[in-house]
This record gives sequence, C-alpha cells and structure tokens, in this order.
Amino acid sequence: MQEKPAEPLLEQEFAVQGGDFIHAGEVSSRIKAILKDIGMSHDIIRRVAIATYEAEMNVVCYARQAAFHLAITPDRLMVIADDEGQGIPDIELAMQEGYSTSSREIKEMGFGAGLGLPNIKKNTDELRISSVVGKGTRLEMVIFTRK
Amino acid sequence: MTFRELADILGAEVVVGQDCVDVTVRDAFASDLLSDVLAFAREGTLLITGITNPQVVRTAEMLELLGIVFVRGKRPDEEAVKLARAKKIPLFCTRYIMFETCGRLFKHGLSGCIERVDDAGKTS
Repeated sequence: MQEKPAEPLLEQEFAVQGGDFIHAGEVSSRIKAILKDIGMSHDIIRRVAIATYEAEMNVVCYARQAAFHLAITPDRLMVIADDEGQGIPDIELAMQEGYSTSSREIKEMGFGAGLGLPNIKKNTDELRISSVVGKGTRLEMVIFTRK
Repeated sequence: MTFRELADILGAEVVVGQDCVDVTVRDAFASDLLSDVLAFAREGTLLITGITNPQVVRTAEMLELLGIVFVRGKRPDEEAVKLARAKKIPLFCTRYIMFETCGRLFKHGLSGCIERVDDAGKTS
C-alpha cells in the first residue's frame, strides 16, 4: 500500500505559456525565490531550480501551455508540470541523453540537445512522466527535503 | 583575478556590473549549449558563451553563476541586459573568439569549474 502523502505546508500554482521565450524561466525564478524565503537549503534550491527550469523550457519549446504546481510537505518538495501539447510518443527514448526532436530554432537558442529530461532526473529523487500523444505531458518531480 | 582584471585581459566592455568589478573570479565554464551549462556548470563560476538571448541570463540566475562573458563580438540582446540588471548578473563583451578568451583567462590563472566528464556524463 502506498503511504498517504502528508498535508502540504505550502502549495502554489503557476501558469507557463508555450512559445513565450521572453518570459521563459520566470516561473522557475519565482519558485526559487519562494524556496529562499522559507529558508530551504542551498543544495535543494539549486536542484529544484535546475529541474524546474528544464521543465519550463520544455513547455516553452514544445507545448501550448502548462500549469506548474508546487507543493511542500514536511519531508518532500514536489513540482508537477502538467502541459497541454504534443506529448511524448516514447518516454524511454526521450529519457536517453542526446535524443531530441527539437527544431533548428530551439537549437540556435542553446537548447534541444536531448539533455533536459536526463538532467531533471539527475536533480530529483523521484521523477514520474506520463504522456498522451496529442494531449500533453505530466512530470512529477520529487525532492526529499529530509535525508 | 577580479572582473576588472578580466575586462583588461579581454579588452572587454562591462555591459552590466560596473559596481562589482572588484569581485574575484576563480573558475569558468565555456559553452554555446545552454543544456550543457545546466548539466555541468558549477555555482559561482563564470560563463563564457556566444549565446546572447535572455535564456542565458536565466540559466545564470538558476545556477547562481558569477557572471557572463560574451565572445566573438556578440552583444546580449536588450531583454537579456534588462534581466541581468534586475538579477545583478555582470555581463562582459569581448571581441576575442571563445578559444582565445578561454586561453587568455587560463594563462592568467583561471581554471575550468570542472575538468572533464566521464562516460556517464558525470563531472570530475
């Protein structure tokens, strides 16, 4: 039986707009500021910032829009990125370093090297990805705050 | 070296950060691939790049990098400069190519923030 997650101490929802390269990263920046404000450890802030920013750039590059949901419980921090977009046909393939479907424009911006999802995995303790082609993708990123 | 010395060595223009020219720079990471910067650059390091969009500044903010040097005579776009001012991230522009920029800084004592990656992409 799966343990029931504790009631969140803090919960907040953010909207990310696909294709908005000017504001890309603002949500990650706000989440980072919140974590700083509540005195989260430096290492955790950095890992969350990297994972969230990679996820946000994925939405900006590939999806129409997304809702980012931040939840903090006594022992963990969770960011759920739920997007409406093209979805990922083969998640296992997308998790491989270097695999990318990005356009030339995205590559010229310095992204789309097929490192985003692997880097999210590297910076989180748990990562769950589910996706429906033509509908969207949901990332659940979990970082344990009590080791 | 300090940012002031760095600007001298590279003949660089200080675009943002006139007030922090006395800050000490110890190491650097150079790449035109922000995905690699996000995967490998360490906190507090200097970024050397030819990417000039606002995302390069966002990346620096997320990783808490020390500053950014734009190479090959490239100039950060207006949104990037605005964001760097807001986030207090120093920006420099040099006409040297990336190889020369790295070489000149290395010769003056700057090292890589990591030396190499192993087969699994881990840093060492």
